[in-house]
Amino acid sequence: METLKQGTAEIDLAVQSVRELNAELHAPNAQRYVVRHPRGAHAVAAGVNAPLEVQIDGDVGYYCAGMNQEGLITVEGSAGPGVAENMMSGVVRIRGNASQSAGASSHGGLLIIEGNVSTRCGISLKGGDIVVGGNMGAMGAFMAQAGRIVVCGDAGDGLGDSIYEADIYVRGTVGTLGADCIKKDMGPAHRKALRDLLAQADMAPQAEKQDYLDGFSRYGSARKLYHFTHEHARSY
Amino acid sequence: MCGIIGLHLRDPELYPRLGPLMVQMLQGIVVRGPDSAGVAIYGDRSRCPEGQAAVSLLNAPEDLAVAVASELPGVEKVRVELVGETTVLTAETSPEMLASAVITVAPESRVVGIGEDMVVYKGIGNPNDLAGTYRLQDAQGWQGIAHTRMATESAINAEGCHPFSVGVGVSLVHNGSFSNYATIRRELQRGGISFDSLNDTEVGARFVASRLAEGDDLATALTALGDKFDGFYTLLVTTEHGFAVVRDEFACKPAIIAEHPRWVAMASEFQALAMLPGIDEAHVFEPLPGRVYAWKR
Repeated sequence: METLKQGTAEIDLAVQSVRELNAELHAPNAQRYVVRHPRGAHAVAAGVNAPLEVQIDGDVGYYCAGMNQEGLITVEGSAGPGVAENMMSGVVRIRGNASQSAGASSHGGLLIIEGNVSTRCGISLKGGDIVVGGNMGAMGAFMAQAGRIVVCGDAGDGLGDSIYEADIYVRGTVGTLGADCIKKDMGPAHRKALRDLLAQADMAPQAEKQDYLDGFSRYGSARKLYHFTHEHARSY
Repeated sequence: MCGIIGLHLRDPELYPRLGPLMVQMLQGIVVRGPDSAGVAIYGDRSRCPEGQAAVSLLNAPEDLAVAVASELPGVEKVRVELVGETTVLTAETSPEMLASAVITVAPESRVVGIGEDMVVYKGIGNPNDLAGTYRLQDAQGWQGIAHTRMATESAINAEGCHPFSVGVGVSLVHNGSFSNYATIRRELQRGGISFDSLNDTEVGARFVASRLAEGDDLATALTALGDKFDGFYTLLVTTEHGFAVVRDEFACKPAIIAEHPRWVAMASEFQALAMLPGIDEAHVFEPLPGRVYAWKR
């Protein structure tokens, strides 16, 4: 590991292993890290548990920034399945696209995908926030329980299937709505929440434009699947 | 879990580099399937000379060359190459004639690939070791696929290893599992199609081959497969004309396609594509659920 300047360290995954990188991030000797040549490696910067800044120069594989707590992690490329899964806090930013199950089960923090995101984004979301600059694939927010998802482009089929709570804001079209997911009214509190999320995602110019915000619709739970009812008894 | 790679070269200048590129790609999927690996190579004329047929066999007896040649009037020489568990025969005849002659003289052997342009190798062991056995580094040609297997529903043996190649020049590799394959196998068996293994993927391969034999093009055959088969799958199918990718409607099994003016590549994971020449300029995307993507030469 080469120290570039006060508090910044560089780790080259063409030379060092992901285990060495993550061991360093779990007991950090610097404030800021630059990771070179990730070349699609798995579990890059997983389990960060401190307010570190980690910049990853390239594309990553599975589970990048998983379980992140407090870290500010930026991928200057695209991410494979399960990016920022189970995030607790902090900010994870993907400059490119992300694969399936992005932000799965996240309890907190903010995941920003500047490009498109694939299927099952925010599956079982438990309180984290996700902002997608482009489009979101099918089955987004599946069984989401809490948290917010903003999609600036279109959302695919089966949006919000079996959703408990969580707010979904989509600016473009929605393929189909999943079971128990409905379009909901957008009140002043929702509009403010949307504006704040866009601003946090570095989209402040758009967030201040009223007609841009007007383009969004809110989706959430119809709350019909919360309880088993006797009408369903014959189904089993 | 299994791993898939496929590389379809558009630029003939890259043909001599098919093998080294495939070795690099294979290294990116070894962790997904460490128990066995198979490959199909298209267009390597040192393995299947122009105007000849190649037949890949498992359980082949020794000294097959003379007996097979005696079944083929007008064929002077049958070349035999032992490649680990696979035996490859080549001769100046048609693939069907060569396969038929082999079955006549050695009915205990299993034909695992026939082609005019394609050679298939299968075996169990670590995929990196098998790449050496198959001399993958030396391969040349215009197209290749490989599969690393982590067996989930049938035994770890060379018969269960992918690709499944059941028509002339057709190979299929699969990451996932079919759930209604026994029903479809019975239907195909009633139609006179016989099976070599208990493997679910073989049913998919024989279904696709039967549709191609009926005149479907590859994309149409894969659409029909999607209507018929339940389960989780990412499939890559190659022919002597091109290759196609399809995923089931839930698309749980990973797949990434990279398209470049000089090549088209598909893999289970990006790390298998990361070293391809020009990957930074390539259009990299995930195939959408249920949609067939096909490329022809």
